[in-house]
Amino acid sequence: MRRKASLFMALASTESVSTSTPYDFGPAVALSCRECGARYALGPEFACIECFGPLEVAYPWSTGGELRADQVGEALRARIESGPASIWRYAPLLPVPADVAAKPNLAPGWTKLVKADNLARELGLRSLHVKDDSGNPTHSFKDRVVAIALEAARTFGFHTLSCSSTGNLAGAVTAAAARAGLDACVFIPAGLEEAKIVMASIYGKRLVAIEGTYDDVNRFCSELIGDPIGEGWGFVNVNLRPYYAEGSKTLAYEIAEQLGWRLPDNVVIPVASGSQLTKIDKGFQELIKLGLVEEKPYRIFGAQAAGCAPVSAAFKAGHDVVRPVRPDTIAKSLAIGNPADGPYVLDIARRTGGAVEDVTDEEIVDAVHLLARTEGIFAETAGGVTVGVLRKLVADGRIDPDAETVVLNTGDGLKTLDAFSAGARPTATIRPSLDAFRAAFPDNS
Amino acid sequence: MAVTVRIPTILRTYTQGAAEVTGEGATLREVLQKLDADYPGIGARILDDQGKIRRFVNVYVGEEDVRFADGLDTAIPDGALISIIPAVAGG
Repeated sequence: MRRKASLFMALASTESVSTSTPYDFGPAVALSCRECGARYALGPEFACIECFGPLEVAYPWSTGGELRADQVGEALRARIESGPASIWRYAPLLPVPADVAAKPNLAPGWTKLVKADNLARELGLRSLHVKDDSGNPTHSFKDRVVAIALEAARTFGFHTLSCSSTGNLAGAVTAAAARAGLDACVFIPAGLEEAKIVMASIYGKRLVAIEGTYDDVNRFCSELIGDPIGEGWGFVNVNLRPYYAEGSKTLAYEIAEQLGWRLPDNVVIPVASGSQLTKIDKGFQELIKLGLVEEKPYRIFGAQAAGCAPVSAAFKAGHDVVRPVRPDTIAKSLAIGNPADGPYVLDIARRTGGAVEDVTDEEIVDAVHLLARTEGIFAETAGGVTVGVLRKLVADGRIDPDAETVVLNTGDGLKTLDAFSAGARPTATIRPSLDAFRAAFPDNS
Repeated sequence: MAVTVRIPTILRTYTQGAAEVTGEGATLREVLQKLDADYPGIGARILDDQGKIRRFVNVYVGEEDVRFADGLDTAIPDGALISIIPAVAGG
């Protein structure tokens, strides 16, 4: 590691931001505290020394810095459109060096934006798209965030990639580490879905199951990072979090570009820690600021499982703080009882005129079947949460049926088979004969 | 009552680099007051202007998040381990 993790280089928030970092993070210029605005040089830090607030990556366009002609408008759009069919087409908007695509990585992103006419008809919507992120290399959106974190880990000279995970992230980290030739040690709560355990262990890295919930795993990792054991480790969602989280902006960029460089009216996003939702909002704001899309109002809706709905509960109660809960839901990838970005989710949902809503496990399973039956997309339980919440929001009039809506599916149903296997069995089991088929289906339907 | 307080990396400038320090108090509030007396300034990093635990700070007494217990009024058993941890993102 070229730099001690404990070394902080705070800059007064009123000063101009130094760009004299020894690291190449492309357009990124600093880390900035989302709570108090204190600024720090780019480094493997994640919490503000002043107020513990989360640090996020700052760019010239967010700090009032000067922009080159090719960093805005038509010129930027042309650079993006000539880029690779992966998140790296948006490298000019991410904390990565310009040559990032040439280094070994999983090249995630540029997943399908499916025009979901059948589902739209079923729900009574004029226009609906599903952003289907199950098409990523390890079959969840986590490949996006991990790709940015991997590059940051390389930049800081870390030798081991790590994370606390509800399952999808562990697989994304171990796969990315395998491709990049780094070591990895990832942590999950014991009791995850079998497919996620297999997926996270298949790449030959250390997979450690912790007896407890995700929040217990998270706490453990936070302590590990302050211990000599964690020296040289890049925890993608702890000390690399500011970089990692930026990867979710690419969902916003892709949605806008795939709609023909415009913003949708409504987006329904799953909420676990809340990071993804806040970064999709940040991505939309950047697209407006940089002249890539026309400015227009949009509403952001957060979706949770009723068995782990601390943000939804706070939204409904009118609170701006989130009281932690103990998760109990089949949507295990969303089972974060103490969501770090929960307060920001509340701010964004309220600012944009959206909402945060939740659905029961039964509604989740039903929504997964609905999406599969209407659009041929088999979502993991988290996808059932977003589709289920969408259905609820349409039914009670909170989503305008004439507006253009995008709903996210962030993972593949094959990872959460346990939740569906009871209701997804062969229609009939018969002998290999025509008579047997006729007997099973007298009307041939 | 003597307790052990685990200090996160970003607050170790107050504790001369120590990852764990000894504290004292019957409630979390008292432990944090004593901690601030021993390491002046550290209290304001953990508590906001209204004296509440900052929203991006998690405090555990043993295995228990104090937000599930009585917050700053959480009773502290003798010999307890108190952990102060910045909130982090999900996975």
